[in-house]
Formats: sequence, structure tokens, C-alpha cells
Amino acid sequence: MRLELRGITKTFGSVAANSAIDLTVEPGEIHCLLGENGAGKSTLMNILYGLLTPDSGQIVVDGQTREFTSPGDAIKAGIGMVHQHFMLVPVFTVAENLVLGNEESRGGPLGWLDRRKAKADVKEVSARYGLPVDPEALIEDLPVGVQQRVEIVKALMRDAEVLILDEPTAVLTPQETEELFTVMRGLKAAGKSVVFITHKLNEVRAIADRITVIRRGAVVGSAEPTASARELASLMVGRDVRLVVEKEPREPGEVALSVRGLKVTDDRGFLAVDDVSFDLHAGEVLGVAGVQGNGQTELVEALTGLRAATGSAELFGRQLVGASPRAVLRQGLGHVPEDRQHDGLVPDFSIAENLVLDQFDNKPFGGLLTLDLDAIAKNGADRLAEFDIRAESERTPAGALSGGNQQKVVVARALQRDPSLLIASQPTRGVDVGAMEFIHKRIVEQRDAGKPVLIVSTELDEITALSDRIAVMYRGKIVGIVPPDTSNEELGLLMAGGSGDEAEASLEAEAVEPVAEAVAEPDIEAEAVEPVVESETPAETGQPAAEETPAADQSSESADE
Amino acid sequence: MSDRLKRILAGIGSANTVTVTVLAFVLSVVIGGVLMILSDQHLLSQWGYFFQHPTDALSGSWDKVANGYTAMFHGAVYDPHAKQALRPIENTVVDATPLVFAGLAVALPFRAGLFNIGGQSQLIIGAVCATWVGFTVSAPMPLHVLLVVIAGMIGGALVGGLTGLLKARFGAHEVISSIMLNNIALGVLAWLIKTKAFHDPNRQDAISKPVKDTALLPAIHGSSPELNFSTVLAILAVLLVWWVMSRSTLGFRLRALGSNPDAARTAGISVSRNQVYAMLLAGALMGLVAVTQISGTLSASHAMTTTLDNGIGFTGITVALLGRGKPVGVALAALLFGALDAGGVAMEAATTPTVPHDVVTVVQAVIVVFVAAPKLVQEIFRLRDVRRGDIKGSGTGAAPSVAPATAVDSAAEAV
Ligand SMILES: Nc1ncnc2c1ncn2[C@@H]1O[C@H](COP(=O)(O)OP(=O)(O)OP(=O)(O)O)[C@@H](O)[C@H]1O
Ligand SMILES: [Mg+2]
Repeated sequence: MRLELRGITKTFGSVAANSAIDLTVEPGEIHCLLGENGAGKSTLMNILYGLLTPDSGQIVVDGQTREFTSPGDAIKAGIGMVHQHFMLVPVFTVAENLVLGNEESRGGPLGWLDRRKAKADVKEVSARYGLPVDPEALIEDLPVGVQQRVEIVKALMRDAEVLILDEPTAVLTPQETEELFTVMRGLKAAGKSVVFITHKLNEVRAIADRITVIRRGAVVGSAEPTASARELASLMVGRDVRLVVEKEPREPGEVALSVRGLKVTDDRGFLAVDDVSFDLHAGEVLGVAGVQGNGQTELVEALTGLRAATGSAELFGRQLVGASPRAVLRQGLGHVPEDRQHDGLVPDFSIAENLVLDQFDNKPFGGLLTLDLDAIAKNGADRLAEFDIRAESERTPAGALSGGNQQKVVVARALQRDPSLLIASQPTRGVDVGAMEFIHKRIVEQRDAGKPVLIVSTELDEITALSDRIAVMYRGKIVGIVPPDTSNEELGLLMAGGSGDEAEASLEAEAVEPVAEAVAEPDIEAEAVEPVVESETPAETGQPAAEETPAADQSSESADE
Repeated sequence: MSDRLKRILAGIGSANTVTVTVLAFVLSVVIGGVLMILSDQHLLSQWGYFFQHPTDALSGSWDKVANGYTAMFHGAVYDPHAKQALRPIENTVVDATPLVFAGLAVALPFRAGLFNIGGQSQLIIGAVCATWVGFTVSAPMPLHVLLVVIAGMIGGALVGGLTGLLKARFGAHEVISSIMLNNIALGVLAWLIKTKAFHDPNRQDAISKPVKDTALLPAIHGSSPELNFSTVLAILAVLLVWWVMSRSTLGFRLRALGSNPDAARTAGISVSRNQVYAMLLAGALMGLVAVTQISGTLSASHAMTTTLDNGIGFTGITVALLGRGKPVGVALAALLFGALDAGGVAMEAATTPTVPHDVVTVVQAVIVVFVAAPKLVQEIFRLRDVRRGDIKGSGTGAAPSVAPATAVDSAAEAV
């Protein structure tokens, strides 16, 4: 199917989200859409999928002009879409979700759901495209990557010829991304086309057949997949972007956050964080790496007062375990929650209001009783400019922002308070390369100012670029704390758990090498740090967790330089 | 300037809240007219021979509907033939006053994501407290009234707060616990009224002692039912709730909670504590309804009866819905309902053959149905979609309820 968009224009208030966009998607191609946050990619795709009506312009399918007034029309025309925020019913099974809204699977005269046929259809489609899903599984029990697979199956079951994927990889692990790419290649081989939106340039280069770049609502050019990441970045943002984080080595200060024997159970009552101990120093970025769902979320929730825990976590000597979220925030925590839509933003609130969500009753913004609306508005306007949040004004509801701009609001809120401890989960999820450069710079500044920073990310490149030390979590335990120059393979091995022995073995091997290096080019810091580790760790961790931690600590500390 | 004008015009043509509400009213007036015709046997028979003499049926129906609505207008707003031409609007305001409190008592917790269906119990316990203070305490006039007002508010707040507490502490859904509390309150009232402490020894029926004259709300104008001080309280309540919701930190918390409790919690806003606050305030407002009933001039006896709640607790829900949860909207909706009530009574009296007051009840219900189903109004009048939040609305599963709310905000901010 050949799909053409001609002169698509759409404005929201005074914002031209799309202005006269032309785009052609050939059969059997993977077409990448690149563009800054708020460039208009999602808007364009929502128009194509019938969720929005364009102010002007045409959609042409195989030479015929079509008008889509609802997604139903688009689906009939052979267009499928997987949204960045999934549209599955969590309490339904996979099969039930797949027949939702799909008329044909309604069997009997009274519109009964034909579950057996649905199940058969699911099996058939998943076998044909190599998308294994269990029709009986409940959506809420599935990892994100599998949920996404369900969304793709759903689109394919309705015979989609063109599949739109809006930032599908933002929530995927590298392995899941690789699997998704395999599926995309399979679709391409079957003559179907894919429109793929992402902010990750290496993905674009790996999979795209053609690249169209959009900036401020207009097409600014196209690029070859062979172009370098740098070229793509500057085409997209309109300036040169530094893709590497610049970070001077820095000697970490005193222990700021000391976690000992922390145990946290998840919603289902399983031990999600199992006896975790670590130290976070002032002026240090500790990255927590791991495959999604290995306890990182619960660890952060426990540290921010959002989830009950046992054990101890002291921030400058004050206990965080058992404290309320408010009490922890009062100690100066800046928190970027993992899921901006779920935990970060109040969609009806303006950007300005969202920016003070954790501070509205503090000095400049309000007191015991009243809000200072002027101060809130002024802060909103300032942050809008500082963080380059693309919106009509600070009064725009956060729900109307593009995904990346929503993320900028959440990050701005955490950073603006000059936090005494910054905990950021997936800080750059969904933001463009320009914004990523900025956010990374600000995080490093935070560290350089002597503040402790804890970063949780499933993005290995982000972790290695930002961290001074990397803690790898697997099944609720920290299986190792390693230096940032650890290779991705080794990190991958740790993240996959392997067997405990294997991980430890690799750790020990790791521990030897850097020390050797340190000896080779004599460095005072190495010696200065070592004794601290020895005197401090065994003394404080009388708990069983100590078995693994000292080894890990040692290797990391000595490799710091 | 012209840009602004254009935007306002575009707003009117789209399915925003104000337009939908106005059109819902128009539709329900039409339906009310049809009902008036259907309620008249004579007219129906004229429709029977419509094809022989179409004018009979048409002009008869027109007269019927026109007379009915004219009588209503005369009863609710302005009657040029009456001695006191503005007396009707006073009636409307008197009828609207308790509805303002009741509407606010539903609207405020609604913004915080709570459905206050327990107005009946809050009202009843508020009335018990107010009445007791009203006939036992001896105090000079302004002080006694003040004590009664405070007692009513405390009584209501206790019940409201209890609902909030049950939810916050034990996760009991507020609708379920409210229904229980409503029943309990009815039982308590029926029992209390017969106890020695409350029952009026001079009466055989179930009625409490009347409150003392010093406990009566001072009149502002007119005679029974007169405009009294409760209307001033209602205006103050509207202003206060408006201020709380839009200017205070408490309102900020409540709104955040209502829109995304997870994000609110993550940002350090205590969900349970603020739910209790919202219900305390709601209960206090319902308690004020009780005060208007006991110490106002609405019930001539100034005493508690078993039917004292008069369904106002539930009417509050419809008023809040019609007022879109905004204080000023609630006041306007209460006025409309008050006018329909006052007008309905007048219409019943002034028309022959009688147009039953029930037509008004149906009109009220129909407005609410249309307001609650904006898509229906949008279809009937072929309005454009609201501009903002439309994708995000259909996008995430939970959002559809959010989209209208956003529209409300922008519309009401303009008010
Ligand atoms: N419903 C809406 N109401 C008002 N403005 C909107 C709405 N939807 C999108 N916009 C605006 O249109 C512009 C384009 O948004 P869009 O979501 O298409 O960006 P995007 O390219 O997908 O960005 P991102 O990479 O951050 O997801 C933004 O400025 C956004 O604020
Ligand atoms: Mg987008």
C-alpha cells in the first residue's frame, strides 16, 4: 500500500503543530520520522490514524483520497497504530483485548465474543510474524515489551498494511528493541510498511530505509540512514549537538545516602528489593542499571517515601525509611518519577502549576493558606524558557504537551529546587537529543556542585555516560557495583544475572584489572579511597548483604579514577 | 482584540460547557412544552383531528405552552400584574439558597475526586445539632443564631468527615459508606424525634420542639417565606469555596488529588488527609442547608420533622452537575432550579386546566441528563469538538473524563 500525506496542516490555538506537511510512505519500507519534542510527529500520526482531523490537507491511499473521521476508518483503510501510551485494558486477557472493538470476532447473533476464534486468530498472527504472546495472560501481569507486542498483534490482526509506531522503544530494553526490530524487518519482508518514531539516533541508523526530519511543524529535509548520528542530530535540532556527556573526574565527598539492608515488597507481596545496601556520596552520580522490573522501581519508591520498606536508608543521617513522601521532599529531595503520565503530572493543571506541585506551599509560591499565583506564573515562564519547553504559554495544561515536553516539565520541577538529593528515574525518556544534552548537563552540574545523584535508567548508554559508579540490579539484589568504563557486554551479563557465581567471577576479574592500571599510572586518589572503603564498609554493614557488597564496592572505588 | 473575539465565537460554536449547558436548557424547555401538551386531554383530542383542523391543535398547543411558561416566568422572575412585581424573584432566591449550599457540598469534594452522595445524613445530623442548640441554649439574638449556624456546620462536618475517614483509613468507598450513613441518620432522626429530649410535648405527631425566636435567621426583606440571612451566607459560601478552590493551597491539593492522585502523592500531597478535609468541608456546607431549614422561614414550625431533608441532599448532586462543579456555576444552577421550583408552583396555580408541577421536575431532570451527556447535545446541534485535549482524551483510557474538565476550566476561568 502506498500512503501519501499532502499538505497536512493542524493548529492548536496559536501553535502550528503541522504546517503543510508532505510525506510519502512506500510499500515495504521502514520510514523514520525524526524531530524535536513538539515538532508535530505525534500530531501527524494521530491525523493519519483518524484521531485528529486536519485543518487542511489530504490523505491519499493507493491514489485515492480518503477522509478519516475516526480510527475505525483508518483501520479499515489498513492503517494500524501503536501509541506511546498503550491502550490496553489491564484487567483483560490478551485475547480479550485483541477482540475489543473488533467487529468480526463477535460471533453469535447477540454479539457474543467468540473467544475460541479470538484465541485462534491470536495464535495465527503471532506465529506468522514471530510475535509470541500468550492469549490467556492478563495484560497487567505482562512486561512492557510484551504489552507492546500485544499492541502490534492487535494492529496486525486487523490487517494493517501500514503500521505506525510512536516512540515504541522509549520503554523497551535493548533486547526487546532488538526483538522489535526483527519483527519490523519481518513486516517489511511481507511488503508492509512501518512508520517509526524515535529519538534514538542509533536505532534510526540501524533500521530506517528512509528518514524524514520535521522541525517546528514543517518537513525540513530527509536523510540517508548512512548519515552519522551527529549529522542527524544537527538536522533535527538545527544546531550542533554534543552527543557525549562532558564530565570531569571528581573526587566524591562524604557519604550522603547510606542504605543498609533495605527490603521492599511490591504490590503483589513479593520481595522486590531484597536486602540492598550501598552508599551514595556527595558529588557522585550512582547509576542503577538493570532490566526493567528487577526492583529498581520499588527501590526508588522506598527511598522517596512512596512505599513501605524495612531496613535503613539515611540521608545525611536522617532516616528515610518510614518517612512520608512529604517528609522526604522536605529534606530537599528532587524526584523525577519513572512514569511521567502516571506519577509525574496532573494533566488538567497548567505547566506552571505542575512545576510547583511539590513546592506550592513553600515560600515564594505559597504559604500555609494562600497561593501566590504571580510567583507561580513567573516561575512557570522562567522554566519554560530555561528548559525550552515548547508550549503556547505556561498556562497550557500539561496534558496538551507533547510527550518529550511533558518530560521536560517533570525534570525541570526536580532540578529547579536545587535538590539536596536528586533521584531521577529514566530522566530523559522521550526527550530529543537537544533536550537530552541539556538534561545530562544539568545532572552533571548537580554532581559538580557536590550533590548526591541517583540515576535509574534502562538505557545503558545513559548510565555509563552519567555515572561515577554503576550498581546493577538483578532480581531485587545489587549484584555488583562497577566503574562506568565497564563494557556493555559485562554490564549485560550482570543485568541478565547469569548465575550468581558467574557475576561474581566477572566482578572479581574486573576488580583486578583497574587496580593494576592504577598501579601502572600511580595515582594518589586510589590509595586515598581504598582505606575508606575498608574501614567503613565492614563496620557498618554487619548485615548479611555484606557478602556481595564489599567486593563490588572495592572494585568500583578503586576504579574510580 | 479581534483575535480574542474570533476565539470566543469559535468557542460558542464548539461543544464547550457553556454552550452545551445553554442548549441543554433549550432542549429541556422544548420537552417540557411537549409534556404540557400531553398532560392536557382536550388538546390531545384536538391533535386527534389534526388533519381536519390543524389550526385547532397548533394554536391550542401554542397557547397552552405559552401560558404555562408565562405563568412560570411570572412565578419565578417578575410579575407585572402583581402588587409586588419583584416578589417572584425573591421566591426564587429563597428556593435557591439551600440548593447553593447543597450544590457546593457536592461540587467541592467532586473536584477532589470524591462523590458526596451522603448529603442526606450530613443534613440530618446537622439539623439535629442545630435544633438542639436552637431550643436548649439561651443567648441573645445574634449570638444564638451564630451558635446554631456553627452547630449545624459541625454536625454535618462530623458525618462528612466520618465518610472521609472511612475512606482514607479503611478504603471504604465513599458512595457505599454514604448510603449506609444515610440510612443510619434516618433511623437516628426517627428515634431522636420521639425522645423526651427532642419531642415537642404539645404535639401528637413526630416533631421536635421548635427553636427559640433568638435562633431564627434574621429577615432581610419581605414576609413569609422571606429573604433572610441565609442568602447572605450562601453568597459568602460561594465566594469562599471559589477562593479555596482557586487561590488556596488546600484547593490546589484537592484539585491535584481529583485529577491525578498518583502524581499528587508522588509530589508529597497526602491523599487520605486531604480527602478527609474535602469531606469535612462538604459536610459543613450540608449542615448549612439544615440551618436554612430549621432556623430559616422555609419550615413554618422551625422544628425537626422526619422529612426535613426534603431530598435536598440529592438535589445537590444535580445542581453540582449542572454547575459543572464550579462555585459560580453552582450558584447559577441553584438559581435556575429555584426559579423552576418557584415557577412550577405558580404555574400549577395559574393554569386551567392545571399544568402539574411535575413538569418542572421532569424539566430539571432532562437538563441534567443532557448536561451529563454532552455528546448527545453535540450530536443534536452538530457542534464541533472542543479544541483542547481531544486526542489526549481519546488517547489514554482514563482520560475521557478529563477532557470535559479541561474545557470547564477554560470556560469557567473566563467567567
Ligand atoms: N491536544 C492538544 N492541544 C493543544 N496543543 C497540542 C495538543 N496536542 C499537541 N499540541 C501541541 O502541538 C505540538 C506538537 O505536538 P506533538 O505531540 O505532535 O509533538 P511530537 O513531535 O510528537 O513531540 P514528542 O517528541 O515530544 O513526542 C506541541 O507544541 C504540542 O504542545
Ligand atoms: Mg510524540
